[in-house]
Amino acid sequence: MTTIRLPESEALKRAAVKPRRFGAWYVAEHRLRVMRSYVSTVLVGAVGTPLLYLFAMGVGLGALVSANLGPHAVDGVSYLQFVAPALLCSAAVTVASEELTYPIMLGFKWNPTFIGISSSPITPGQIIDGMVIAVTVRLVATSAIYWAFMLLFGAAPAGTAVLSVLIATLVGLAFGIPVMAYVATIQQDTGQIAMLMRFVLLPLTLFSGTFFPLTAMPIYLQWIGWLSPIWHGTQLARIVSYGAQVPAWLIVVHVLFLLVLIVPFWMLSRHIAKRRLSS
Amino acid sequence: MSSPVIVASDLVKQYDEVTAVGGISFEVAPGESFGLLGPNGAGKSTTMRMIGAVSTRTSGRLEILGLDPDAYGPEIRSQLGVVPQSDNLDEELRVRENLIVYGRYFGLPAAHVRSKADDLLAFAQLEDKAKAKVTDLSGGMKRRLTIARGLMNDPRILLLDEPTTGLDPQARHILWDRLFRLKEEGTTLVLTSHYMDEAEQLCDRLVVVDKGVIMAEGTPASLIREYSTREVLELRFGADHNASMAERLKNVGDRVEALPDRVLIYTADGEAELAALTDADIRPLTSLVRRSSLEDVFLRLTGRSLIE
Repeated sequence: MTTIRLPESEALKRAAVKPRRFGAWYVAEHRLRVMRSYVSTVLVGAVGTPLLYLFAMGVGLGALVSANLGPHAVDGVSYLQFVAPALLCSAAVTVASEELTYPIMLGFKWNPTFIGISSSPITPGQIIDGMVIAVTVRLVATSAIYWAFMLLFGAAPAGTAVLSVLIATLVGLAFGIPVMAYVATIQQDTGQIAMLMRFVLLPLTLFSGTFFPLTAMPIYLQWIGWLSPIWHGTQLARIVSYGAQVPAWLIVVHVLFLLVLIVPFWMLSRHIAKRRLSS
Repeated sequence: MSSPVIVASDLVKQYDEVTAVGGISFEVAPGESFGLLGPNGAGKSTTMRMIGAVSTRTSGRLEILGLDPDAYGPEIRSQLGVVPQSDNLDEELRVRENLIVYGRYFGLPAAHVRSKADDLLAFAQLEDKAKAKVTDLSGGMKRRLTIARGLMNDPRILLLDEPTTGLDPQARHILWDRLFRLKEEGTTLVLTSHYMDEAEQLCDRLVVVDKGVIMAEGTPASLIREYSTREVLELRFGADHNASMAERLKNVGDRVEALPDRVLIYTADGEAELAALTDADIRPLTSLVRRSSLEDVFLRLTGRSLIE
């Protein structure tokens, strides 16, 4: 029998310096590698979505609006310019909900890779962080492509429009992270995720001042917009994209609202993951 | 002797009302192959999860490589290889990729991880499956891949939870061969099993666990010596007659156990006992003389059989 000399416990205490520091990045690396296996879907979505929506809504519907109400009919700009930042934010939310629903359920339960990862030096919190990093990468990439199409369509006249990439990424996270926290608590999927898509994501998209200003809706529906990260984000994206006029206090509210959905729910997700993986 | 790599004393794990592990104590020496043998639900997997620094203990003392898992989880896990009861390989990745991403979790450089993955694919006899989908592997191949994954960080201790459950006999033998090789190389193995033959084959020393407590401890041979006889005579009289025959034979051999399907007579010499019964004109439907196994030890200790 070979004799194994135990390292001093002191030396061992430094054995996980890299995983402790970079663990979340390793998880993101893993996740991005998985995304590579459906990279064609990601790319088709990233290119096809802006192309279709900007054409249909901006150019198609936009022509109708302009013909009836003039070229500066909505918020002082063309319908295409009005609707483009909102479409960008909605697209980001769709991407985030793709990455932070089923893949989370998969990792905890259906193909429990999270259980596998948690027997390595990686902590449950780092798994959550890694998922967030990976979805952020995908959000930045898809939003940048979207923004490029907006430029191509002449839908983002202001020089600051590039900031809408950042804003859309935040919107995606502001929707996706609370959803992730919820999905992390699901033990048995009996259609909750599908319901969430249909009865939360869809109404939020439709009633968030996406296709028409929030103020154009009856007052009893406007609260949906106020609760929707899509509306708050879209308003910010409109400011940078064509210089929409929004009072300073409201800008602060928009930013705070997004952050409130991101930070506490991110922490909550870490907590839920820890409870679920280390009980 | 070098200090133990695992020290557990009065280890308890409580889930709400349920006590999964009710105060067990054991030590594992470096290079040793240590087994936890017991039926399903005995608390083996829970114990493994605590040793694996994943599940926190309710009370008791636990030290892995001299460290407390509550404070040094990542550090301890960096030194372990874990083969869980049910495979959790990433089905969205290919075989070799599974090893690579896992190796990265230990903070190992990408180049090292790639060459290590190739070495371990060879060890696991999966070289020609490197690019295959995980879902296309057989059960035995998946297990071997999971073991390979657990070896990516050259662990000091390899934890195997029910390593061959659900595998066909041939796949089990291939797996045992691989584990033997690791044992020969000096890797400390800790494994759970509810298969007595597996425990006899692989363990230098084991504890028999039932309902969260340790019933006995020793080498497979010493446990058999202590709790059973050299041989066992198995007699079948038919389901309706086994119990009454056991009663009639209660003074034969050292001890008699009545199971629903057969009567076991514990004795030093099975053939001699059988000959004596034949002389007395007691004729079972079938008879069999065999060596005592850990199954008999378990039966003796708990009054129940391991696989129910």
